[in-house]
Amino acid sequence: MSTAAPATARTSSPAPRPKGAARRGSRRTTLLRWAFVAPALLYMAAFFGYPLVRNVLMSFQHYTPKTYFTGEAPFNGLDNWRAVFGDPLFTDALWHTALFTLGSLAGQFTIGLALAVFFSRRFRLSALVRAVLLLPWLVPMVVAAVVWRRILDQEHGVLNAALKTLGLTDGGVPWLSSPSVALTAAVLVNIWIGIPFNMVILYGGLQEIPRDLYEAAALDGASPWRAFRSITLPMLRPVITVVLVLGFMSTVKILDLILALTSGGPADSTQTLGTVTYQLSFLRLDFGQGAVVGNVLILISAVFAVLYLRASRADFEGRK
Amino acid sequence: MPSYTAHPARTALAAGASAAVLVLLTGCAPTPEPGTLTVLNSATDTAEHTRNQKFFDRCARQYGLRVEQLSVPADQVSSKALRMASSKSLPDILELDGSELPQFAETGGLRTLEDLGVRTDGFSRSAVSLGSYDGTRYGIARSANSLALYYNPDLLKKAGVRPPRTWDELRATARKLTRASTYGFAFSATPNADGVYQFLPFFWSGGGDEARLDDGKGAGALRLWKRMVDDGTVSKAVVNWNQQDVNDQFLAGRAAMMVNGPWQVPVLEGQKKVDWAVAPLPVPRAGDTAVAPIGGTVMTVPKSDDRGREKDAAKVLGCLNTSANQLDWGEASNNVPTRTAAARRYAEQNPRLAAFAELVGTARSRTGKVGTGWPEVGEALAGAFQSVLTGGSSPENALRRAQRQATAGE
Repeated sequence: MSTAAPATARTSSPAPRPKGAARRGSRRTTLLRWAFVAPALLYMAAFFGYPLVRNVLMSFQHYTPKTYFTGEAPFNGLDNWRAVFGDPLFTDALWHTALFTLGSLAGQFTIGLALAVFFSRRFRLSALVRAVLLLPWLVPMVVAAVVWRRILDQEHGVLNAALKTLGLTDGGVPWLSSPSVALTAAVLVNIWIGIPFNMVILYGGLQEIPRDLYEAAALDGASPWRAFRSITLPMLRPVITVVLVLGFMSTVKILDLILALTSGGPADSTQTLGTVTYQLSFLRLDFGQGAVVGNVLILISAVFAVLYLRASRADFEGRK
Repeated sequence: MPSYTAHPARTALAAGASAAVLVLLTGCAPTPEPGTLTVLNSATDTAEHTRNQKFFDRCARQYGLRVEQLSVPADQVSSKALRMASSKSLPDILELDGSELPQFAETGGLRTLEDLGVRTDGFSRSAVSLGSYDGTRYGIARSANSLALYYNPDLLKKAGVRPPRTWDELRATARKLTRASTYGFAFSATPNADGVYQFLPFFWSGGGDEARLDDGKGAGALRLWKRMVDDGTVSKAVVNWNQQDVNDQFLAGRAAMMVNGPWQVPVLEGQKKVDWAVAPLPVPRAGDTAVAPIGGTVMTVPKSDDRGREKDAAKVLGCLNTSANQLDWGEASNNVPTRTAAARRYAEQNPRLAAFAELVGTARSRTGKVGTGWPEVGEALAGAFQSVLTGGSSPENALRRAQRQATAGE
């Protein structure tokens, strides 16, 4: 080995080397470039690559409390995957996660966009009202959930009291105590939490759209709705993509809100992939099976990340 | 372009910095300080932390030791302990919830009390079983809790009823107590540890078996819960009430009776609005014995390379569990001492909590029968009562499904 290494180095280097100094310089440049990239690479490898690989490996291992003491985690093939996919709860959770994510994003985005458009026409106190609307964003998720648990209480909650006064319900809606309503209630709370984020980013995007476009459209006799469809939406597209993808990624892995709001109940009606992986890993301490669900979540996010990268590249090239 | 003379140095610097970060991240098991024992527990509440420290100090001082507590929220103790185990930095004393003990004992990472020379003679059988796995003692509980029936004497007097002793009486009494804004009865039926803990006294007293959920005997408890919700004497929202919520309902005068544990006593004593008293939980038929679950934490000693420290930890455990210290601790924490004699004294000194003292001696450990399978069984039971209470299935079907769910991994 020790003799082979220099030999290969010699043979692999291209034979003609008319300007040795320059070559050494360019090699140094390459080295330097790598040196600048190295910290980032190391960081990525340590904080993203390693956990990712570890999580994938873990899903093929019998990973239990014993592993932490002995360091032994025997590989068990597809056992974990079979157990998780064979559990009807997983299918339910997958479905709930999809509904929760779609519902939340649709609500957050629509209301966020409406508010952003509303606030982009400046009026008195608009800055103040906008600031107030940011408050839900500042409230910690668990605190929000605890407050909402009170608001949504079937008998003593403010929401049902309001609905009763309006004559919309007699007995009160069983927001959190009926399996057929609880997921909707969770979506409503999450929409409330997500509106500020959507509004702020979309508002920022709206500021970028040149005002004269609207003036031109108005001169051409376009209605406000037409202007919104033909100017606002297309010009806002890159921002919309960012908002939706970021919203998707934070919503699909939802855990804290659900745990504090319903603990996955009633009758598993609000179990999501996040709560299932929590249950498997931290209550049953079966980290292998927990990793399976975690991997499914990563895979789903990865698919959307790729879609996002494609979309943003298309936008970028479109602009050029 | 600027000169490149500084590259090698800079490269080395960058590489060195990266390496340093990695080293920092991977190897940081602290070397234990001699003479100072470490404890991992869930005493994150300031008052609780201070109270614990007082008892630790009292015991450690006589052996010339110091005790340092590391407290994390209760539901994070086991995962924190596992992380510590993988970095070989486990504390000298690990205080676990009784229901989590089997999973740790099974790893072989805990010293047995036998090895440590810690005796539990004179402890109630239920307390010993709370700290045991597979017939071996690994943890010692200095106090324990259980569940009983809290009631509002004023409301009962007004309705002309006495605390119910049987399930039939419970239903009838709850009916008489139910008013426009007050439910007769309240319990927690959340799909987590709270709800399961509260379901167990009904399930067990009715003859239910956690190892064979579908043997038909557990259905009675589900039927009782469901009927009371259907009667309108228990709120439909119980599926979403944890034990704290149940106590809040009781304190707000919205429930005349409730199932709860002695840890609510400080809150109940801290207010003057609602009067309260404690009675044993009702049983299916007159003459049946109530079987309540035993809850609480157990102190364990993880195996280490240093037998000297283990011996020191054992000494502290022994001291914390003398009759006098157990009694003091019980008074301070509103839990019942685990020494039978101390529990008797405790009942005499706290007549109001006598029901708990009586129960704790006969209460049953959740993991006594199913051991490490408890998390699955608990989940399955939660699924059963939640689906019955929300009208999703009949008690029998729910328990059949629960049995399949609990044994799916076997």
